[in-house]
Amino acid sequence: MTIIILLILVSLTIAIVFLVIFLWAVRSGQYDDTYTPSVRILFEDKGKDGKDSKDSKDGKVNASINP
Amino acid sequence: MISIETEQDLLCYHCGLACEKETQWLEEKPFCCSGCKTVFEILSANHLCEYYALDKTPGIFIDEESEQSFSYLDENAIRKKILSFDSSEFAKIIFYVPAIHCVSCIWLLENLNRLDAGILRSEVNFARKKVTLDFHPQKVKLSRVAALLTSVGYVPQIDLGENPSNENLVDKSLVSKLAIAGFCFGNIMLFSFPEYLGLDQTDQRLSHFFSWLNLILSWPVFFYSGFGYLQSAFKCFKHRQINIDVPIAAGLIALFLRSHYDIISATGPGYLDSFTGLVFFLLIGRWFQGKTYESLSFERDFKSYFPLAVNKFQDGDWKPVVIYELQRGDIIRIRNREIVPADSILKSDKGLIDYSFVTGESKPMKANLGDLIYAGGRVIGTPVTLVVDTKTSQSNLTSLWNSTAFRKREESHHQKIIDSVARKFTWVVMGIAMVTLMYWYWVSPTEMWLVFTSVLMVACPCALALAAPFTYGSMLRVFGRHQLYLKNADVIERMANIDAIVFDKTGTVTHNQQPDAQFTSDLDKQEIAWVKSLAICSTHPLSNLIAKSISGKIVDVDQYNELPGKGIMCVVDDHLIKIGSSNFVGAKPKSSPSHSFVFVSIDNEPRGFFSIALTVRENLKPMLDRLGSRCEAVLSGDNEKDLNKMKVLFGCHIRMLFNQSPLDKLEYIRNIQLNGKKVLMVGDGLNDAGALKQADVGIAVTDDTGVFTPACDGILQGSQLQLLDKLLSLAKSSSTILKASFALSFFYNAIALSFAVSGHLSPLVAAILMPISSISVVGFSSLAVRFVASRKLTVS
Repeated sequence: MTIIILLILVSLTIAIVFLVIFLWAVRSGQYDDTYTPSVRILFEDKGKDGKDSKDSKDGKVNASINP
Repeated sequence: MISIETEQDLLCYHCGLACEKETQWLEEKPFCCSGCKTVFEILSANHLCEYYALDKTPGIFIDEESEQSFSYLDENAIRKKILSFDSSEFAKIIFYVPAIHCVSCIWLLENLNRLDAGILRSEVNFARKKVTLDFHPQKVKLSRVAALLTSVGYVPQIDLGENPSNENLVDKSLVSKLAIAGFCFGNIMLFSFPEYLGLDQTDQRLSHFFSWLNLILSWPVFFYSGFGYLQSAFKCFKHRQINIDVPIAAGLIALFLRSHYDIISATGPGYLDSFTGLVFFLLIGRWFQGKTYESLSFERDFKSYFPLAVNKFQDGDWKPVVIYELQRGDIIRIRNREIVPADSILKSDKGLIDYSFVTGESKPMKANLGDLIYAGGRVIGTPVTLVVDTKTSQSNLTSLWNSTAFRKREESHHQKIIDSVARKFTWVVMGIAMVTLMYWYWVSPTEMWLVFTSVLMVACPCALALAAPFTYGSMLRVFGRHQLYLKNADVIERMANIDAIVFDKTGTVTHNQQPDAQFTSDLDKQEIAWVKSLAICSTHPLSNLIAKSISGKIVDVDQYNELPGKGIMCVVDDHLIKIGSSNFVGAKPKSSPSHSFVFVSIDNEPRGFFSIALTVRENLKPMLDRLGSRCEAVLSGDNEKDLNKMKVLFGCHIRMLFNQSPLDKLEYIRNIQLNGKKVLMVGDGLNDAGALKQADVGIAVTDDTGVFTPACDGILQGSQLQLLDKLLSLAKSSSTILKASFALSFFYNAIALSFAVSGHLSPLVAAILMPISSISVVGFSSLAVRFVASRKLTVS
């Protein structure tokens, strides 16, 4: 029966680890905005020149006029 | 087929609205207006066309009219207020941009650095519609950043009032507290299972282990999650006061210590599940309350803004326009003692500007041709012509209105009452809890602590503190809808206690909607033009009327001077021109029962007079009858000629004082205040500004050309003066509603308390009931205001 004490301690430790991770996530602002990052990751480039992918953009622009 | 389709569905490539009148084409793409086209040009020039690829027609319809400039943002005081970080090479600002609505918005806003190299980084928070911008202040000015956003259709909404970073922090720490409380609550319940199922007999050791685990888990709840309550209660104790957190804190401490005693002495399992659950639900309640109030928030919307007008040069004539319709480049004329509504450039040769509202410096500043005059400055003396440089913002003027210089000495009354009631109430609750504790000690000691805690929890009078701001907040909105624009919620409270009303005559009781000024004189055309030029300088209602009734080319005047209650004078082409009372001008006095006379002299020689039939505002008589004896007096700067007319209107019991200077008016108000009366002064805000400020409530009545007088507490549209008594009674009923909300919250407390005292309510249920009662009280007060307002105001 003593093993249950050990098991409970282990489970509690793991739970506390998750709690700490959650708190860290809240503190670091990960829940402030749950939408924008999901979009941002799909943008092609965040470079400063913005010229390299211009060609492909024109194609997309045309496509989006007559969808 | 295709052509039909294009005709029907020609949608703007930028904003997606149907192209109607002036479709413009660029690179074979249709645009509904040149504004949208401009944005497209900006974007395509900077290779930002991906904007249009991410989402269909993502743009925001550009209203060309709405162009505004942000030069005021470069003022150091303002910069400091809105920048979240500022140094010589790096600055950070968070803009609220309501127009953010799609993926393309995010993309464009996060690529702003391609439009201007001074912008280092930008990040969008879609949920809050905010953009965080890092920029190099040497390379790009803050105003330019705001203008850049505007140029691509994302107009930032700048609110100088609030500090946005604060609320976020509070929110986060509440979530952390909630998380920890929830975590501990769940685990403690889990470890209490043997207890719940009655297994403790089988293995003493195990049940001790669980009890100690619970004990340890309860510490973070007590010392972190519930600490806010303890802290607030402790602070109050230090000041020898008591607030609504005291009973909560007492309950928490009672449960916590009692459980420790039980577990350490191994006499029982304690009440830690109740304790942690209690904190958890209290915090959930607080979080939920916060959300509810956010959505009910009565932030002043545009409806409750007051309309003000200035004279704008349009089609060869001066016409009053509402200030928020002013556009950049408009030519406006600001007269003596009027406030410059928007940042503008001086077009007259010189002007004297008093910035005391803005800076507190009372010495007027000289400005020369081409100088920038900031909004909020007040013109002294000779009127000036200005070219609007920046679109005005109402919030600027509102904050000006609420500046400390115009605050009444009297502090909010209801807050004091609430505080004292809450204090007494808390003592009563503590007393009841103690009695209950003793009773249960005799009857059943095991239940004692739970019952004690339930009583403390459920009796919390927090609804008391919420009822007032919500009642007054919705009332403020109702008044705004009926064109009475109040400075803040405290005014309503003062309005409710009014028992004496003093009216100003000219411009308030009488008005000049139908101009009817007969001019009798021997002046030639040139001289008439001079008179008009002088009359147009003043904001006095009679001057307005005179200026309207005569025609002539307006010339610039020198050494303009206005003597309140007497008249106005100036020098034109080396001639001294005076307009005003017979005394002032030096003419023979005239009198007539139905007309006002204004005399004109040139070089101190009386040359003629205007006779003006002033009409009394419509529908005033029934309103005054309903007000009855509350009408105290009519004050007028003019002579007694209107005495009979006023007697008919107001009845004989009322005092009529004529020939009153602005100082006399102020003194009169002070005198009746000394007699213990609460005075409402209704005036035009020009020659009675002092009286408006002295009165408990000062309301300025305005017609088409409103003059912004920060000394008043409210601005009432002239046509709504007939509603004055109803508005007053509405203010009165708001205190009734407040009392009803209090009664409701007491009623709740009484019922819940009786359940708690008799031991039928567990602390957990009490913790859940508490926020629900607060929310229902808030809901009641908001709905009641709406109901009462619709009954009182629409019947008429």
